[in-house]
Amino acid sequence: MSIIYDGSPEPRPMKATISRTIAAVAENDPKILYLDADLMSCIGMADWAKEHPDRAIACGIAEANMVGIAAGLSSMGWKPIVHSFGVFASRRCFDQVFLSCGYAKNSILIIGTDPGVTAEYNGGTHMPLEDLALMRAIPGSTVVEASDASMFSAVLPQLKDREGVNYIRVGRKMYARIYSEDHPFTVGKGEVLRDGCDLTIVASGIMLEKALSAAAILAERGVSAAVLDLFTVKPLDTELIERYAARTGRMVVAENHNKVGGLFSAISAALAETCPIPLRAVAVEERFGEVGSRDYLTHALGLTTERILEAAEALLLNKRNQ
Amino acid sequence: MPELTKEKDLALRRFAASIRIELLKELASLGFGHIGGSLSIVDLLAVLYGEVMRIDPKNPHWEKRDKLIVSKGHSGPAVYAALALKGYFPPDMLKTLNQGGTSLPSHCDRSKTPGIDATTGSLGQGASEAVGIALAERLGKTGCRTYLILGDGELQEGQCWEAIMFAASHRLEGLTVFVDNNKRQLDGYLEDIQTPFDLAEKFRSFGCHVLRADGHDVRAIHNAIREAEAFGNTVHVILLDTIKGKGIREVEETVANHSMTISPQQCNRWMTELEQALHSIGKETSV
Repeated sequence: MSIIYDGSPEPRPMKATISRTIAAVAENDPKILYLDADLMSCIGMADWAKEHPDRAIACGIAEANMVGIAAGLSSMGWKPIVHSFGVFASRRCFDQVFLSCGYAKNSILIIGTDPGVTAEYNGGTHMPLEDLALMRAIPGSTVVEASDASMFSAVLPQLKDREGVNYIRVGRKMYARIYSEDHPFTVGKGEVLRDGCDLTIVASGIMLEKALSAAAILAERGVSAAVLDLFTVKPLDTELIERYAARTGRMVVAENHNKVGGLFSAISAALAETCPIPLRAVAVEERFGEVGSRDYLTHALGLTTERILEAAEALLLNKRNQ
Repeated sequence: MPELTKEKDLALRRFAASIRIELLKELASLGFGHIGGSLSIVDLLAVLYGEVMRIDPKNPHWEKRDKLIVSKGHSGPAVYAALALKGYFPPDMLKTLNQGGTSLPSHCDRSKTPGIDATTGSLGQGASEAVGIALAERLGKTGCRTYLILGDGELQEGQCWEAIMFAASHRLEGLTVFVDNNKRQLDGYLEDIQTPFDLAEKFRSFGCHVLRADGHDVRAIHNAIREAEAFGNTVHVILLDTIKGKGIREVEETVANHSMTISPQQCNRWMTELEQALHSIGKETSV
């Protein structure tokens, strides 16, 4: 078990991991039902659904109804896993997730695909930059962003047994390979990818690779930057965050999400109460998504290694001037 | 399901009248509440809890029970009155309606009230929850039935039709849907706000088996349920012709009766009317 990041991608697109993991989870737990809103094919589940007609429920293009059905199934002892693109799995059915599931004490595991800029050519209509904010606002919810295939495979089986609303966002395409296949993950516990004493960069999902690149460049400049993977946005690993806040005194939070309500918000709120330090966000600020390639979008929306470096340098400049 | 005997017919009418009395006490103890849409489903509740549903009030979570989802969750007070009279909890508890920390919130809550099978209140959501429950009953081969009560105003919520489309498409024959067709919603008459057009035709075109009944005639309601369940094969929708505020003349005549304040004087007048109605049951034929 280790961190094996060397800049190389996963051997297969994440879509293959998503379908393989859902199938494995369902085959190991007879109470799992898989529901989708006409996007089974998009995560490679269509064949499995045909082979398991009693375990896969095609709900049609009706996310609110799908979530309500999942709530009813949960109240009868089933464990529903529902999937849609992140925008439809969060915004489109938010009241159903909030009331029929969270408030009603029904449990659901929601997989929202194509987070943030990974929606790429589907564009701004399909680009969830606020899903974490919405899901975090539900009392008792668990909110996760998968950083690679190893993590998704390990975390989904944990999420299926958690009570309440569980939400995991994950892209369907290529991810950088960060962790070894046997790396153990615990929902609610962050990962230390790189230790450091001058600055901490916190990230999750596709921003992790950029955080590691930034830390490597900072090292060449004589700056020791720690990199943390806070893949569980809620419940936040406050112990880890506070430890690194105290150790490094400066923190950059990089996320493929709106600055409002995501990882930066969660960390800011936690540290403001216990260990206030200067923080900078590298996140999408006060704008909607748009269409384009991943490379175009990361630049257009300000989610680059360069932006992390700028934020780090700004914090370090203040530190030197003190 | 056998036809109602004359004795059971009388018993159900008395049960309905008693629910109305407990409902009025319950709402009057707070001084206000959702009275109109609660009164309009009382006769249906009497038939369901009094005769049709397999339930065990001493074991509200009995797995083999039939389930009732009251999607128009603001009618919770009527359901609580029926549950109390069936022995799910002491009738005294009805006085805690909407008080802080109560087990009887204004809208139905499965996590708080013994006998409530689904949490509702955001209109339309109970429809999907009921479909999920009916689907679970089919997957579990339990033979239990699922009953869903929708408001006619509630049908303006698109989610209802998503749920109905799914249910009919999956031929969830274990699901029976009642529409409380009282023709009024919070702001006035449906016809003035959004014309519902032909509800029966709508449900038929969605693939449902549609019946109509007088929603204040327990025998008619019971017959419709019998007919629906004998038909099998798909989702049944029973359109109940009802009056919002049924049973209390002043409430019936108040257009804005969705939620009303209830003064002690009004309560006394209305209680007299309800008690007279209860005592007159069974005496009509002997006159």
